[in-house]
Amino acid sequence: MVRFDDVWLRYRHTTRAAEAEALRGISFEIEEGGFRWLTGPSGAGKTSLLKLIYLAEHPARGRIEILGTRAARTTRREAALLRRRIGVVYQDFRLLPQLDAYDNVALPMRLARRSEAQVQADVTEILRWVGLAHRMHARPDELSGGEQQRIAIARAVVARPKLLVADEPTGNLDDEQAERLMLLITALNKLGTTVIVATHNTQLVQHYPFPRLGLENGRLVHDG
Amino acid sequence: MMAKRRGDLLGVRAALSDRLLPVLVGAMSFLAALALGGALASATLAASWQGDTASALTIQVPQPTAQDAAHHGTRLAAVQQALAASKNVADVHVLSEAQINRLIAPWLGSDAASLGLSLPAIITGQWTGPGGTDQLTAELQQVSPGALLKTGALWAQRVAALTTSLQACALAVLLIVALVAAAVVAVATRSGLAQLRETIETVHGLGALDADIAARFAARATWLALAGSIGGTVLALPVLGWLAWLAAPFTGGSQFNHLFSLPPALLALVPLLPGCSALIGWATAQITVRGWLRRLP
Ligand SMILES: Nc1ncnc2c1ncn2[C@@H]1O[C@H](COP(=O)(O)OP(=O)(O)O)[C@@H](O)[C@H]1O
Ligand SMILES: [Mg+2]
Repeated sequence: MVRFDDVWLRYRHTTRAAEAEALRGISFEIEEGGFRWLTGPSGAGKTSLLKLIYLAEHPARGRIEILGTRAARTTRREAALLRRRIGVVYQDFRLLPQLDAYDNVALPMRLARRSEAQVQADVTEILRWVGLAHRMHARPDELSGGEQQRIAIARAVVARPKLLVADEPTGNLDDEQAERLMLLITALNKLGTTVIVATHNTQLVQHYPFPRLGLENGRLVHDG
Repeated sequence: MMAKRRGDLLGVRAALSDRLLPVLVGAMSFLAALALGGALASATLAASWQGDTASALTIQVPQPTAQDAAHHGTRLAAVQQALAASKNVADVHVLSEAQINRLIAPWLGSDAASLGLSLPAIITGQWTGPGGTDQLTAELQQVSPGALLKTGALWAQRVAALTTSLQACALAVLLIVALVAAAVVAVATRSGLAQLRETIETVHGLGALDADIAARFAARATWLALAGSIGGTVLALPVLGWLAWLAAPFTGGSQFNHLFSLPPALLALVPLLPGCSALIGWATAQITVRGWLRRLP
Protein backbone atom coordinates (compact mmCIF):
# COMPACT_ATOMS: atom_id res chain seq x y z
CA MET A 1 0.00 0.00 0.00
CA VAL A 2 2.75 2.41 1.10
CA ARG A 3 6.30 1.18 0.84
CA PHE A 4 9.65 2.98 1.25
CA ASP A 5 12.97 1.31 0.37
CA ASP A 6 16.10 3.15 1.49
CA VAL A 7 14.62 6.55 0.70
CA TRP A 8 16.71 9.71 0.96
CA LEU A 9 15.37 13.23 0.59
CA ARG A 10 17.58 16.24 -0.04
CA TYR A 11 16.18 19.75 -0.28
CA ARG A 12 17.91 21.75 -2.96
CA HIS A 13 18.67 25.43 -2.48
CA THR A 14 19.63 24.94 1.16
CA THR A 15 22.62 26.91 2.33
CA ARG A 16 23.73 24.63 5.15
CA ALA A 17 25.03 21.47 3.49
CA ALA A 18 24.87 19.49 6.76
CA GLU A 19 21.10 19.96 6.99
CA ALA A 20 20.49 19.27 3.31
CA GLU A 21 19.55 15.64 4.02
CA ALA A 22 16.01 15.84 5.41
CA LEU A 23 15.52 12.06 5.30
CA ARG A 24 18.22 9.38 5.37
CA GLY A 25 17.73 5.78 4.36
CA ILE A 26 14.06 5.41 5.32
CA SER A 27 12.48 1.96 4.85
CA PHE A 28 9.05 0.84 6.04
CA GLU A 29 5.81 -0.63 4.82
CA ILE A 30 2.17 0.07 5.69
CA GLU A 31 -0.32 -2.63 4.80
CA GLU A 32 -3.64 -1.85 3.13
CA GLY A 33 -6.12 -0.59 5.72
CA GLY A 34 -3.33 0.00 8.22
CA PHE A 35 -2.87 2.89 10.63
CA ARG A 36 0.44 4.51 11.58
CA TRP A 37 1.37 7.31 13.87
CA LEU A 38 4.34 9.32 12.69
CA THR A 39 6.15 10.89 15.63
CA GLY A 40 9.31 12.80 16.26
CA PRO A 41 10.51 16.18 17.49
CA SER A 42 10.04 19.27 15.41
CA GLY A 43 12.41 19.25 12.44
CA ALA A 44 12.79 15.45 12.51
CA GLY A 45 11.38 15.14 8.98
CA LYS A 46 7.73 14.18 9.55
CA THR A 47 6.34 16.67 7.03
CA SER A 48 9.10 15.75 4.58
CA LEU A 49 8.17 12.07 4.76
CA LEU A 50 4.48 12.84 4.26
CA LYS A 51 5.32 15.05 1.26
CA LEU A 52 7.00 12.09 -0.38
CA ILE A 53 3.86 10.04 0.23
CA TYR A 54 1.50 12.61 -1.26
CA LEU A 55 3.85 13.20 -4.19
CA ALA A 56 4.84 16.76 -3.36
CA GLU A 57 8.56 15.93 -3.39
CA HIS A 58 10.80 13.54 -5.28
CA PRO A 59 13.31 11.42 -3.34
CA ALA A 60 17.01 11.88 -4.02
CA ARG A 61 17.47 8.11 -3.76
CA GLY A 62 15.42 5.04 -3.00
CA ARG A 63 12.17 3.52 -4.10
CA ILE A 64 8.66 4.62 -3.14
CA GLU A 65 5.50 2.71 -3.87
CA ILE A 66 2.11 4.36 -3.23
CA LEU A 67 -1.18 2.49 -3.72
CA GLY A 68 0.66 -0.06 -5.83
CA THR A 69 2.30 2.53 -8.08
CA ARG A 70 6.02 3.27 -8.32
CA ALA A 71 6.09 7.02 -7.68
CA ALA A 72 9.13 7.63 -9.87
CA ARG A 73 7.55 5.88 -12.85
CA THR A 74 4.43 8.05 -13.17
CA THR A 75 3.74 10.62 -15.86
CA ARG A 76 2.49 14.01 -14.67
CA ARG A 77 -1.05 12.95 -15.51
CA GLU A 78 -0.75 9.64 -13.64
CA ALA A 79 0.71 11.46 -10.65
CA ALA A 80 -2.29 13.86 -10.64
CA LEU A 81 -4.74 10.95 -10.82
CA LEU A 82 -2.85 9.20 -8.00
CA ARG A 83 -3.06 12.36 -5.87
CA ARG A 84 -6.85 12.23 -6.20
CA ARG A 85 -6.81 8.90 -4.37
CA ILE A 86 -4.81 10.39 -1.49
CA GLY A 87 -6.52 12.67 1.02
CA VAL A 88 -4.17 15.20 2.60
CA VAL A 89 -4.63 17.35 5.69
CA TYR A 90 -1.87 19.94 5.45
CA GLN A 91 -0.22 21.33 8.53
CA ASP A 92 -1.23 24.82 7.33
CA PHE A 93 -4.69 23.71 5.99
CA ARG A 94 -4.33 25.39 2.57
CA LEU A 95 -7.98 26.29 2.16
CA LEU A 96 -8.70 28.51 -0.85
CA PRO A 97 -9.44 31.98 0.58
CA GLN A 98 -11.91 33.01 -2.15
CA LEU A 99 -14.14 29.95 -1.68
CA ASP A 100 -16.54 29.33 1.21
CA ALA A 101 -16.39 26.21 3.38
CA TYR A 102 -18.78 24.29 1.15
CA ASP A 103 -16.84 25.01 -2.05
CA ASN A 104 -13.52 24.25 -0.39
CA VAL A 105 -14.77 20.84 0.66
CA ALA A 106 -16.34 20.30 -2.77
CA LEU A 107 -13.06 21.03 -4.57
CA PRO A 108 -11.68 17.46 -4.83
CA MET A 109 -15.03 16.18 -6.11
CA ARG A 110 -15.33 18.92 -8.69
CA LEU A 111 -11.76 18.32 -9.86
CA ALA A 112 -12.79 14.69 -10.34
CA ARG A 113 -15.83 15.94 -12.29
CA ARG A 114 -18.42 14.31 -10.06
CA SER A 115 -22.02 15.34 -10.69
CA GLU A 116 -23.23 18.39 -8.81
CA ALA A 117 -25.96 16.27 -7.19
CA GLN A 118 -23.37 13.90 -5.77
CA VAL A 119 -21.18 16.82 -4.69
CA GLN A 120 -24.13 18.28 -2.81
CA ALA A 121 -24.97 15.00 -1.06
CA ASP A 122 -21.40 14.12 -0.04
CA VAL A 123 -20.27 17.61 0.95
CA THR A 124 -23.34 18.18 3.11
CA GLU A 125 -22.86 14.83 4.80
CA ILE A 126 -19.17 15.34 5.54
CA LEU A 127 -19.77 18.89 6.82
CA ARG A 128 -22.34 17.47 9.23
CA TRP A 129 -19.82 14.85 10.28
CA VAL A 130 -17.20 17.44 11.23
CA GLY A 131 -19.94 19.50 12.90
CA LEU A 132 -19.77 22.48 10.56
CA ALA A 133 -22.95 22.16 8.50
CA HIS A 134 -24.13 25.49 9.90
CA ARG A 135 -20.92 27.21 8.75
CA MET A 136 -20.91 26.00 5.14
CA HIS A 137 -21.22 29.49 3.67
CA ALA A 138 -18.45 31.02 5.74
CA ARG A 139 -15.15 31.84 4.05
CA PRO A 140 -11.92 30.58 5.67
CA ASP A 141 -11.07 34.00 7.14
CA GLU A 142 -14.42 33.94 8.96
CA LEU A 143 -13.60 30.60 10.62
CA SER A 144 -11.54 29.90 13.74
CA GLY A 145 -8.31 27.89 13.49
CA GLY A 146 -10.07 24.80 14.76
CA GLU A 147 -12.94 25.22 12.32
CA GLN A 148 -10.51 25.70 9.42
CA GLN A 149 -8.74 22.51 10.43
CA ARG A 150 -12.04 20.60 10.42
CA ILE A 151 -12.83 21.98 6.97
CA ALA A 152 -9.38 20.86 5.82
CA ILE A 153 -10.11 17.39 7.20
CA ALA A 154 -13.52 17.32 5.52
CA ARG A 155 -11.88 18.22 2.20
CA ALA A 156 -9.29 15.47 2.66
CA VAL A 157 -11.87 12.72 3.17
CA VAL A 158 -14.85 13.87 1.06
CA ALA A 159 -13.74 12.02 -2.07
CA ARG A 160 -13.25 8.78 -0.06
CA PRO A 161 -9.52 8.43 -0.57
CA LYS A 162 -7.80 5.06 -0.30
CA LEU A 163 -5.03 6.72 1.68
CA LEU A 164 -5.36 9.51 4.25
CA VAL A 165 -2.31 11.56 5.20
CA ALA A 166 -2.67 14.03 8.06
CA ASP A 167 0.10 16.38 9.21
CA GLU A 168 -0.45 17.36 12.85
CA PRO A 169 -4.22 17.53 12.37
CA THR A 170 -4.90 18.15 16.04
CA GLY A 171 -2.49 21.07 16.30
CA ASN A 172 -5.23 23.68 16.49
CA LEU A 173 -7.86 21.62 18.29
CA ASP A 174 -8.72 21.41 21.96
CA ASP A 175 -8.80 18.02 23.64
CA GLU A 176 -12.49 17.42 22.99
CA GLN A 177 -12.22 18.36 19.31
CA ALA A 178 -9.09 16.21 19.00
CA GLU A 179 -11.06 13.27 20.41
CA ARG A 180 -13.86 13.84 17.87
CA LEU A 181 -11.34 14.03 15.06
CA MET A 182 -9.73 10.76 16.14
CA LEU A 183 -13.15 9.09 16.22
CA LEU A 184 -13.69 10.30 12.66
CA ILE A 185 -10.31 9.11 11.45
CA THR A 186 -10.52 5.72 13.13
CA ALA A 187 -14.01 5.28 11.67
CA LEU A 188 -12.60 5.91 8.18
CA ASN A 189 -9.77 3.52 8.96
CA LYS A 190 -12.25 0.83 9.94
CA LEU A 191 -13.99 1.39 6.59
CA GLY A 192 -10.72 0.46 4.87
CA THR A 193 -8.81 3.72 4.43
CA THR A 194 -5.09 3.47 5.09
CA VAL A 195 -4.11 6.26 7.50
CA ILE A 196 -0.89 8.02 8.47
CA VAL A 197 -1.05 10.74 11.10
CA ALA A 198 1.96 12.84 12.06
CA THR A 199 1.78 14.27 15.56
CA HIS A 200 3.85 15.25 18.55
CA ASN A 201 0.86 14.84 20.89
CA THR A 202 2.12 11.91 23.01
CA GLN A 203 -1.11 11.73 24.98
CA LEU A 204 -3.08 11.08 21.83
CA VAL A 205 -0.63 8.38 20.74
CA GLN A 206 -0.95 6.68 24.11
CA HIS A 207 -4.73 6.90 23.96
CA TYR A 208 -4.88 5.25 20.52
CA PRO A 209 -2.26 2.53 20.58
CA PHE A 210 -1.66 2.05 16.85
CA PRO A 211 1.78 1.14 15.47
CA ARG A 212 4.18 4.07 15.34
CA LEU A 213 6.94 5.26 13.02
CA GLY A 214 9.44 7.33 15.01
CA LEU A 215 11.68 9.83 13.26
CA GLU A 216 14.71 11.60 14.63
CA ASN A 217 17.00 13.84 12.67
CA GLY A 218 15.86 12.36 9.35
CA ARG A 219 16.33 8.75 10.41
CA LEU A 220 13.72 6.14 11.27
CA VAL A 221 14.38 5.17 14.90
CA HIS A 222 11.17 3.28 15.68
CA ASP A 223 8.85 1.05 13.65
CA GLY A 224 6.16 -0.91 15.42
CA MET B 1 -24.19 31.44 -7.66
CA MET B 2 -23.74 27.72 -8.30
CA ALA B 3 -22.69 28.29 -11.89
CA LYS B 4 -20.21 30.93 -10.84
CA ARG B 5 -18.63 28.65 -8.25
CA ARG B 6 -18.07 25.90 -10.75
CA GLY B 7 -17.04 28.34 -13.45
CA ASP B 8 -14.32 30.13 -11.54
CA LEU B 9 -12.98 27.78 -8.87
CA LEU B 10 -9.53 29.32 -8.93
CA GLY B 11 -10.47 33.00 -9.06
CA VAL B 12 -8.97 33.37 -12.53
CA ARG B 13 -11.53 36.05 -13.40
CA ALA B 14 -10.11 38.44 -10.84
CA ALA B 15 -6.50 37.46 -11.44
CA LEU B 16 -6.61 38.01 -15.21
CA SER B 17 -7.96 41.53 -15.16
CA ASP B 18 -10.36 42.74 -17.81
CA ARG B 19 -8.70 46.11 -18.34
CA LEU B 20 -5.22 46.12 -19.79
CA LEU B 21 -5.22 42.90 -21.79
CA PRO B 22 -8.27 43.61 -23.99
CA VAL B 23 -7.24 47.23 -24.52
CA LEU B 24 -3.75 46.28 -25.67
CA VAL B 25 -4.94 43.38 -27.80
CA GLY B 26 -7.57 45.75 -29.24
CA ALA B 27 -4.86 48.27 -30.16
CA MET B 28 -2.84 45.48 -31.81
CA SER B 29 -5.90 44.37 -33.78
CA PHE B 30 -6.49 47.94 -34.92
CA LEU B 31 -2.93 48.10 -36.26
CA ALA B 32 -3.25 44.65 -37.81
CA ALA B 33 -6.45 45.70 -39.62
CA LEU B 34 -4.70 48.77 -41.03
CA ALA B 35 -1.70 46.68 -42.11
CA LEU B 36 -4.01 44.21 -43.82
CA GLY B 37 -5.79 47.08 -45.55
CA GLY B 38 -2.45 48.50 -46.70
CA ALA B 39 -1.24 45.18 -48.04
CA LEU B 40 -4.45 44.58 -49.99
CA ALA B 41 -4.62 48.15 -51.28
CA SER B 42 -1.08 48.04 -52.62
CA ALA B 43 -1.80 44.69 -54.27
CA THR B 44 -4.92 46.12 -55.92
CA LEU B 45 -3.12 49.28 -57.05
CA ALA B 46 -0.24 47.24 -58.43
CA ALA B 47 -2.56 44.90 -60.29
CA SER B 48 -4.44 47.73 -61.97
CA TRP B 49 -1.31 49.67 -62.89
CA GLN B 50 1.09 46.93 -63.73
CA GLY B 51 -0.90 45.13 -66.41
CA ASP B 52 -1.31 48.20 -68.65
CA THR B 53 1.98 49.79 -67.88
CA ALA B 54 4.37 46.95 -68.58
CA SER B 55 3.14 46.33 -72.11
CA ALA B 56 2.51 49.95 -73.10
CA LEU B 57 4.63 51.04 -76.12
CA THR B 58 5.38 54.63 -77.06
CA ILE B 59 7.24 55.43 -80.26
CA GLN B 60 8.45 58.87 -81.16
CA VAL B 61 9.24 59.55 -84.82
CA PRO B 62 11.14 62.82 -85.33
CA GLN B 63 10.61 64.59 -88.65
CA PRO B 64 7.72 62.30 -89.57
CA THR B 65 7.23 63.79 -93.00
CA ALA B 66 10.86 63.46 -94.10
CA GLN B 67 11.93 60.75 -96.57
CA ASP B 68 12.55 57.37 -95.03
CA ALA B 69 15.90 55.61 -95.35
CA ALA B 70 14.82 53.56 -98.37
CA HIS B 71 13.23 56.59 -100.13
CA HIS B 72 9.88 54.82 -100.40
CA GLY B 73 7.77 57.38 -98.54
CA THR B 74 7.60 59.31 -95.27
CA ARG B 75 9.39 58.14 -92.17
CA LEU B 76 6.08 57.89 -90.35
CA ALA B 77 4.67 55.58 -92.99
CA ALA B 78 7.83 53.48 -92.89
CA VAL B 79 7.63 53.13 -89.12
CA GLN B 80 3.92 52.27 -89.34
CA GLN B 81 4.72 49.60 -91.92
CA ALA B 82 7.45 48.14 -89.73
CA LEU B 83 5.10 48.04 -86.76
CA ALA B 84 2.35 46.45 -88.81
CA ALA B 85 4.82 43.80 -89.98
CA SER B 86 5.80 42.92 -86.44
CA LYS B 87 3.79 40.10 -84.85
CA ASN B 88 4.54 41.44 -81.38
CA VAL B 89 2.82 44.78 -81.59
CA ALA B 90 -0.91 45.39 -81.34
CA ASP B 91 -3.29 48.34 -81.06
CA VAL B 92 -1.09 50.67 -83.07
CA HIS B 93 -2.46 54.15 -82.95
CA VAL B 94 -0.98 57.37 -84.29
CA LEU B 95 -1.85 60.32 -82.14
CA SER B 96 -3.63 63.06 -84.06
CA GLU B 97 -2.33 66.58 -84.01
CA ALA B 98 -5.11 67.54 -81.63
CA GLN B 99 -4.12 64.75 -79.24
CA ILE B 100 -0.49 65.79 -79.34
CA ASN B 101 -1.48 69.38 -78.73
CA ARG B 102 -3.45 68.29 -75.72
CA LEU B 103 -0.42 66.43 -74.41
CA ILE B 104 1.96 69.31 -74.73
CA ALA B 105 -0.47 72.10 -73.96
CA PRO B 106 0.45 72.21 -70.28
CA TRP B 107 4.03 73.02 -71.23
CA LEU B 108 3.78 75.04 -74.41
CA GLY B 109 0.31 76.56 -74.35
CA SER B 110 -2.81 75.64 -76.24
CA ASP B 111 -1.70 76.61 -79.73
CA ALA B 112 1.71 74.99 -79.81
CA ALA B 113 1.14 74.01 -83.43
CA SER B 114 1.04 77.66 -84.45
CA LEU B 115 4.52 78.14 -83.00
CA GLY B 116 5.89 76.32 -86.03
CA LEU B 117 7.80 73.77 -83.99
CA SER B 118 8.61 70.57 -85.76
CA LEU B 119 6.93 68.08 -83.45
CA PRO B 120 7.66 64.36 -83.62
CA ALA B 121 4.84 62.01 -84.46
CA ILE B 122 3.78 59.85 -81.57
CA ILE B 123 2.56 56.29 -81.94
CA THR B 124 1.14 54.23 -79.11
CA GLY B 125 0.66 50.49 -79.02
CA GLN B 126 0.78 47.36 -76.96
CA TRP B 127 3.78 45.06 -76.80
CA THR B 128 2.37 41.54 -76.97
CA GLY B 129 5.56 39.65 -77.65
CA PRO B 130 7.92 37.81 -75.37
CA GLY B 131 11.34 39.12 -74.49
CA GLY B 132 12.76 42.57 -75.08
CA THR B 133 12.14 45.16 -77.76
CA ASP B 134 15.77 45.60 -78.84
CA GLN B 135 15.30 44.08 -82.29
CA LEU B 136 12.25 46.20 -83.07
CA THR B 137 14.12 49.32 -81.92
CA ALA B 138 16.95 48.51 -84.31
CA GLU B 139 14.53 48.00 -87.21
CA LEU B 140 12.80 51.33 -86.55
CA GLN B 141 16.15 53.11 -86.29
CA GLN B 142 17.04 51.71 -89.70
CA VAL B 143 13.94 52.98 -91.51
CA SER B 144 13.70 56.22 -89.53
CA PRO B 145 16.94 57.38 -87.88
CA GLY B 146 16.29 58.92 -84.49
CA ALA B 147 13.05 56.97 -83.83
CA LEU B 148 12.63 56.27 -80.13
CA LEU B 149 10.81 53.30 -78.64
CA LYS B 150 9.88 53.01 -74.95
CA THR B 151 7.99 50.40 -72.99
CA GLY B 152 6.57 50.67 -69.48
CA ALA B 153 8.57 47.64 -68.35
CA LEU B 154 10.99 49.59 -66.20
CA TRP B 155 8.17 51.60 -64.63
CA ALA B 156 6.23 48.41 -64.02
CA GLN B 157 9.29 46.88 -62.36
CA ARG B 158 9.48 49.79 -60.00
CA VAL B 159 5.79 49.54 -59.16
CA ALA B 160 6.26 45.83 -58.51
CA ALA B 161 9.27 46.45 -56.25
CA LEU B 162 7.34 49.10 -54.35
CA THR B 163 4.33 46.82 -53.92
CA THR B 164 6.49 43.95 -52.75
CA SER B 165 8.22 46.08 -50.15
CA LEU B 166 4.91 47.57 -48.97
CA GLN B 167 3.53 44.08 -48.57
CA ALA B 168 6.67 42.93 -46.76
CA CYS B 169 6.25 45.88 -44.40
CA ALA B 170 2.61 44.98 -43.81
CA LEU B 171 3.59 41.37 -43.13
CA ALA B 172 6.28 42.54 -40.71
CA VAL B 173 3.72 44.75 -38.96
CA LEU B 174 1.32 41.81 -38.68
CA LEU B 175 4.07 39.60 -37.27
CA ILE B 176 5.22 42.20 -34.75
CA VAL B 177 1.66 42.97 -33.72
CA ALA B 178 0.98 39.25 -33.19
CA LEU B 179 4.17 38.90 -31.12
CA VAL B 180 3.26 41.93 -29.02
CA ALA B 181 -0.24 40.53 -28.46
CA ALA B 182 1.28 37.20 -27.39
CA ALA B 183 3.69 39.01 -25.06
CA VAL B 184 0.80 40.97 -23.52
CA VAL B 185 -1.12 37.75 -22.89
CA ALA B 186 1.98 36.03 -21.49
CA VAL B 187 2.70 38.89 -19.08
CA ALA B 188 -0.93 39.07 -17.93
CA THR B 189 -1.05 35.29 -17.48
CA ARG B 190 2.21 35.27 -15.50
CA SER B 191 0.95 38.00 -13.21
CA GLY B 192 -2.30 36.05 -12.74
CA LEU B 193 -0.30 32.92 -11.93
CA ALA B 194 1.80 34.82 -9.39
CA GLN B 195 -1.37 36.14 -7.76
CA LEU B 196 -2.89 32.66 -7.57
CA ARG B 197 0.32 30.77 -6.73
CA GLU B 198 -0.92 29.26 -3.48
CA THR B 199 -4.32 28.38 -4.89
CA ILE B 200 -2.77 26.66 -7.87
CA GLU B 201 -0.27 24.78 -5.73
CA THR B 202 -3.17 23.59 -3.59
CA VAL B 203 -5.38 22.36 -6.44
CA HIS B 204 -2.31 20.77 -8.01
CA GLY B 205 -1.84 18.92 -4.73
CA LEU B 206 -5.49 17.88 -4.79
CA GLY B 207 -4.91 16.22 -8.16
CA ALA B 208 -5.85 18.88 -10.70
CA LEU B 209 -4.39 18.08 -14.11
CA ASP B 210 -2.07 20.58 -15.74
CA ALA B 211 -4.55 20.60 -18.63
CA ASP B 212 -7.41 21.57 -16.27
CA ILE B 213 -5.53 24.49 -14.76
CA ALA B 214 -4.20 25.67 -18.13
CA ALA B 215 -7.68 25.42 -19.65
CA ARG B 216 -9.13 27.78 -17.03
CA PHE B 217 -6.51 30.44 -17.74
CA ALA B 218 -6.74 29.85 -21.49
CA ALA B 219 -10.53 30.26 -21.48
CA ARG B 220 -10.23 33.60 -19.72
CA ALA B 221 -7.37 34.81 -21.95
CA THR B 222 -9.26 33.71 -25.08
CA TRP B 223 -12.33 35.63 -24.05
CA LEU B 224 -10.42 38.81 -23.14
CA ALA B 225 -8.36 38.71 -26.34
CA LEU B 226 -11.47 38.09 -28.43
CA ALA B 227 -13.41 40.94 -26.83
CA GLY B 228 -10.49 43.36 -27.15
CA SER B 229 -9.81 42.34 -30.71
CA ILE B 230 -13.42 42.74 -31.80
CA GLY B 231 -13.34 46.25 -30.33
CA GLY B 232 -10.10 47.18 -32.08
CA THR B 233 -11.17 45.72 -35.41
CA VAL B 234 -14.55 47.44 -35.37
CA LEU B 235 -12.82 50.75 -34.63
CA ALA B 236 -10.52 50.15 -37.61
CA LEU B 237 -13.39 49.65 -40.06
CA PRO B 238 -14.33 53.35 -40.55
CA VAL B 239 -10.64 54.20 -40.99
CA LEU B 240 -10.29 51.47 -43.60
CA GLY B 241 -13.46 52.70 -45.33
CA TRP B 242 -12.02 56.20 -45.49
CA LEU B 243 -8.72 54.92 -46.90
CA ALA B 244 -10.57 52.80 -49.47
CA TRP B 245 -12.51 55.88 -50.51
CA LEU B 246 -9.27 57.85 -50.93
CA ALA B 247 -7.79 55.04 -53.01
CA ALA B 248 -10.88 54.50 -55.15
CA PRO B 249 -9.84 56.76 -58.08
CA PHE B 250 -6.56 54.84 -58.41
CA THR B 251 -7.93 51.36 -58.13
CA GLY B 252 -10.83 52.02 -60.48
CA GLY B 253 -12.90 50.27 -57.86
CA SER B 254 -15.67 51.78 -55.83
CA GLN B 255 -17.18 55.16 -56.61
CA PHE B 256 -18.26 58.02 -54.43
CA ASN B 257 -21.62 56.46 -53.85
CA HIS B 258 -19.97 53.44 -52.15
CA LEU B 259 -18.38 55.57 -49.50
CA PHE B 260 -17.95 52.76 -47.00
CA SER B 261 -17.63 49.82 -49.30
CA LEU B 262 -14.42 47.90 -48.68
CA PRO B 263 -12.71 45.51 -51.08
CA PRO B 264 -14.20 42.01 -50.76
CA ALA B 265 -10.81 40.51 -49.89
CA LEU B 266 -10.50 42.88 -46.96
CA LEU B 267 -14.06 42.16 -45.83
CA ALA B 268 -13.17 38.47 -45.89
CA LEU B 269 -9.89 38.87 -43.99
CA VAL B 270 -10.73 41.45 -41.31
CA PRO B 271 -13.23 39.24 -39.45
CA LEU B 272 -10.42 36.69 -39.09
CA LEU B 273 -8.47 39.10 -36.87
CA PRO B 274 -10.53 38.52 -33.69
CA GLY B 275 -10.29 34.79 -34.39
CA CYS B 276 -6.51 35.02 -34.70
CA SER B 277 -6.32 37.12 -31.52
CA ALA B 278 -8.42 34.58 -29.64
CA LEU B 279 -6.16 31.81 -30.90
CA ILE B 280 -3.05 33.75 -29.84
CA GLY B 281 -4.63 34.33 -26.41
CA TRP B 282 -5.53 30.68 -26.00
CA ALA B 283 -2.20 29.28 -27.18
CA THR B 284 -0.08 31.77 -25.24
CA ALA B 285 -1.99 31.16 -22.00
CA GLN B 286 -1.76 27.39 -22.47
CA ILE B 287 2.01 27.51 -23.08
CA THR B 288 2.62 29.99 -20.25
CA VAL B 289 0.58 28.09 -17.65
CA ARG B 290 1.92 24.65 -18.60
CA GLY B 291 5.47 25.99 -18.50
CA TRP B 292 4.87 27.54 -15.08
CA LEU B 293 3.30 24.33 -13.72
CA ARG B 294 6.49 22.41 -14.56
CA ARG B 295 8.03 23.85 -11.39
CA LEU B 296 5.53 21.85 -9.33
CA PRO B 297 6.34 18.16 -8.73
N1 LIG C 1 11.23 23.28 1.76
C1 LIG C 1 12.34 23.05 2.48
N2 LIG C 1 13.55 23.48 2.04
C2 LIG C 1 14.65 23.25 2.75
N3 LIG C 1 14.68 22.58 3.89
C3 LIG C 1 13.53 22.13 4.40
C4 LIG C 1 12.29 22.35 3.71
N4 LIG C 1 11.29 21.79 4.45
C5 LIG C 1 11.89 21.24 5.53
N5 LIG C 1 13.21 21.46 5.50
C6 LIG C 1 14.17 20.97 6.49
O1 LIG C 1 14.04 19.57 6.59
C7 LIG C 1 14.09 19.13 7.93
C8 LIG C 1 12.82 18.37 8.29
O2 LIG C 1 11.72 19.27 8.25
P1 LIG C 1 10.22 18.80 8.41
O3 LIG C 1 10.04 17.64 7.53
O4 LIG C 1 9.35 19.97 8.20
O5 LIG C 1 10.19 18.35 9.91
P2 LIG C 1 8.94 18.14 10.89
O6 LIG C 1 7.72 18.13 10.06
O7 LIG C 1 9.22 16.84 11.56
O8 LIG C 1 8.96 19.28 11.85
C9 LIG C 1 14.29 20.38 8.77
O9 LIG C 1 15.66 20.51 9.06
C10 LIG C 1 13.84 21.51 7.87
O10 LIG C 1 14.58 22.65 8.14
MG1 LIG D 1 5.99 19.32 10.13
